[in-house]
Amino acid sequence: MTDTRDEIDAEEGAGVVKKFMFVNRKAPYGTIYALESLEVVLISAAFDQDVSLAFLDDGVYQLVKGQDTKAIEVKNFSPTYRALEGYDVEKLYVERESLAARGLTEDDLLVPVQVVSAAEMAELMEAQDVVIGF
Amino acid sequence: MLHIVNKSPYEKTSLASCLAHARKGGAVLLIEDAVYAATRGSVAEAALRRAMQDVAVYALGPDLEARGIKGKVMDGVTVVDFGGFVDLVAEHRTNQSWL
Amino acid sequence: MKFGLLINEGPYNHQAADTAYKFARAALAKGHEIRRVFFYNDGVNNATRLTEPPQDDRHIVNRWSKLAEEGGIDLVVCVAAGLRRGLVEDNLAPGFRISGLGQLVEAGIEADRLVVFGD
Repeated sequence: MTDTRDEIDAEEGAGVVKKFMFVNRKAPYGTIYALESLEVVLISAAFDQDVSLAFLDDGVYQLVKGQDTKAIEVKNFSPTYRALEGYDVEKLYVERESLAARGLTEDDLLVPVQVVSAAEMAELMEAQDVVIGF
Repeated sequence: MLHIVNKSPYEKTSLASCLAHARKGGAVLLIEDAVYAATRGSVAEAALRRAMQDVAVYALGPDLEARGIKGKVMDGVTVVDFGGFVDLVAEHRTNQSWL
Repeated sequence: MKFGLLINEGPYNHQAADTAYKFARAALAKGHEIRRVFFYNDGVNNATRLTEPPQDDRHIVNRWSKLAEEGGIDLVVCVAAGLRRGLVEDNLAPGFRISGLGQLVEAGIEADRLVVFGD
């Protein structure tokens, strides 16, 4: 998904490493935010930044196994979360309270994640340089 | 950290989620429809009052005025203008919008 | 201080673009620099020159163009989000440019603060 222009930009920004956290609080498909957030994540990987993803509230639904969008004719982008490792995006934090409130457990998720408490999530958020929520 | 909320607490859970993650010493700024949370006598008041023990709560004046509720702001909420919004962002090393 | 702004909602439907604009003006008035305003998601609709609101309404698109002209502010529209929504060079308002998502990440790196406006 990286175009030539972004590669050039990445070189210009070389040297500075900031902690970027993408906060996902919305479910997929009902709105486009989850997908367009994922697209920024993929681009940010090209800039060699310290990238992490947070999933809380309805954002945990983005990672649920078994998504099949054929009948609604919308692209199923959930396999992309499994590809993130290949982009060196390996910090996926999922909030325990959000999972529990929705009757979900780690076994329902399609990718290995770090399950953290709300307090731990708050601490992670505070440690960032840039927090982007969609 | 500065937390920015723009949703009415009666429509979305953004404010509740924000308050569950705002840490001691942080600040919460209510803008757009979130300013309804800052009104006296509302069901949102108790939660906001609890939060105020740990964080500073601000509301954007122009949004309060636009919605006719400037006179109903609960004690303890600091009203700021857009310049104050800019200052809050500048004063905090990080900020997060709870959309 | 250098600010970057990210706008994720279109004009008129949601207040986000108005709030972002007022924030940008206030930041400039305080002597801060707006490093870049990045338009993403439906926010790309802030950049169409075909916009014609009623006479008694604010012209959100022209307001951005004027800001770019007066303050030399870099207004960047995401190419992919724009293509999805029919926003291309042909209907781009003055003062905006179309570029990649990398410009958003770069703004996050270069600015002291990135503020997100959306729904």
